[in-house]
Amino acid sequence: MIISEQDLTALWVTIKLASVSTLVLLIIGTPIAWWLSRSQWRFKFIIEAIIALPLILPPTVLGFYLLISLGPNGPIGGLVSLLGGAPLAFTFTGLVIGSVFYSMPFVVQPLQNAFASIGNRPLEVAATLRASPLDRFLTIAVPMAKPGFITASVLGFAHTLGEFGVVLMIGGNIPGSTQVASIAIYDHVEALEYGQAHWLAGSLLLFSFLLLIIVYGANRRYTVAQP
Amino acid sequence: MSIALRFHIQRGEFALNIDTVIPGSGVTAIFGPSGSGKTTLLRAIAGLEYAEDGHLKVGDVVWQGNNTFLPTHQRKVGYVFQEPSLFSHLTVQGNINYGLKRIKDESSADVLQNAINLLGIEHLLQRMPWQLSGGEQQRVAIARALATSPSMLLLDEPLAALGDEQKTAILPYLESVYKTLDIPVLYVSHSRDEVARLADHLLLLDNGEIKACGPISEMFTAMNLPLAHQDNAESIIEASVSSFDEQFGLATLAFSGGQFLVASAPLNIGSTVRLQVLARDVSITLEPQINTSILNIIAVTIDQIVKESSAQMTLRLTADNTVLLSKISCKSADDLNLKKGAQVYAQVKTAAILI
Repeated sequence: MIISEQDLTALWVTIKLASVSTLVLLIIGTPIAWWLSRSQWRFKFIIEAIIALPLILPPTVLGFYLLISLGPNGPIGGLVSLLGGAPLAFTFTGLVIGSVFYSMPFVVQPLQNAFASIGNRPLEVAATLRASPLDRFLTIAVPMAKPGFITASVLGFAHTLGEFGVVLMIGGNIPGSTQVASIAIYDHVEALEYGQAHWLAGSLLLFSFLLLIIVYGANRRYTVAQP
Repeated sequence: MSIALRFHIQRGEFALNIDTVIPGSGVTAIFGPSGSGKTTLLRAIAGLEYAEDGHLKVGDVVWQGNNTFLPTHQRKVGYVFQEPSLFSHLTVQGNINYGLKRIKDESSADVLQNAINLLGIEHLLQRMPWQLSGGEQQRVAIARALATSPSMLLLDEPLAALGDEQKTAILPYLESVYKTLDIPVLYVSHSRDEVARLADHLLLLDNGEIKACGPISEMFTAMNLPLAHQDNAESIIEASVSSFDEQFGLATLAFSGGQFLVASAPLNIGSTVRLQVLARDVSITLEPQINTSILNIIAVTIDQIVKESSAQMTLRLTADNTVLLSKISCKSADDLNLKKGAQVYAQVKTAAILI
């Protein structure tokens, strides 16, 4: 075996984390992006600033605050243990929560732009054709924002794939449960195991490249059909 | 049925103040210069624009009142925007079916098939919107609006974005749509020609206020309105075909106060046509001329005389219920000693059949 069992698990945890986080982000991010693109609220910019924070914040800062709030004495961790749940820090769920915060702008911003670029007109037309607001959102806004959804998914996935600082702070690097590939590579390099680092890094590189090839290939077909 | 509306909408500097009743049948043209509030009025009727102190009653149903505001998707309107605005992710068929799927009306599939035939878009159904020309897209947009079996059709300058050629191609489709459907049509336009062809009623809008409203033949010939004083002033006459002369290709068209012979393609006896007579094509003579090439000479009474400039004046002439306008030189009027109330003869050089 060229790649060790532990490294394979790390790869698997990474892909699982990126997939779950992207899914959660799409579910949470879509309504937020829709609201941001339609709302006339004058203090909307405050919400936009909060969502954009992870773009400039060092991941360790975000990770530090998440660690504190997810811990048994923190607001989120406290609430969870009050409801009878296990503490979230150093668990996979904790990682997902951290990733969701960390990658939020990469999903919300493309979606917000895609929704905004549709403009009012198609939605007004749909309204005159008897479509209710929810109906209009599902049958007009979402399909018309399809390129935005593709971009948001790719960016959200890729950004979580490359995550390091936040995971290190709240995941604790536990092999088999919270150790992700990026940290495993770091560990190998620290231990001067360059061969294993090569295999793991190469796998991640190849996987990311293939993913982007597939997505952009599909996206190109879509845009060519709509000059 | 009629449409009673009262809107007060303030948008920055612009204010729309409307309080009127629109007939519940036929085509009402909302006519006025750009920026006069035509589109805002139409959007308010569709519920796309919210007027705080607004009132809108269509037939017996209150669409907007003190405590009611029906959202757009609950108003039975068909709306055609200035740009076709087809859904780019759906085929033509998908666009047309969008509204059809959302109403629970058994008969609407027939209405739609009828609209598809009228608008001549059968062969386009499987295409995507971007594969269509502007005129084709607008025809699809009209069919899409009709597919919901609306009880009112709102058209916001549907031809404005089209070239002259496409305009000429689409007008007959619109006319057949109006003739076939028994619903009120509100037609926003700033094109006098379109209005002359399509409208039964006219609502003149200027700077957010209604200047006048009434039947089109009256509005075009009212001397207190600007339409009668423009260079292309005209009168509109509804006439019925009483005979057709195959040899000379001339139709005899009878109307209240007289009849005209007009060159035309064969027409069905008894059908109604709309005639357009330009004021500059009408001259005055005191005695009925003989040995003239002019075919159409009718007895009229001078109803009003308005001096347009030192050289030209406009006469409003009546023959029974029919009104004609005539533009003549002040010198001729002086030579013939034309006075209000005088019995004279109007010579009509050309009358054009509009529909």
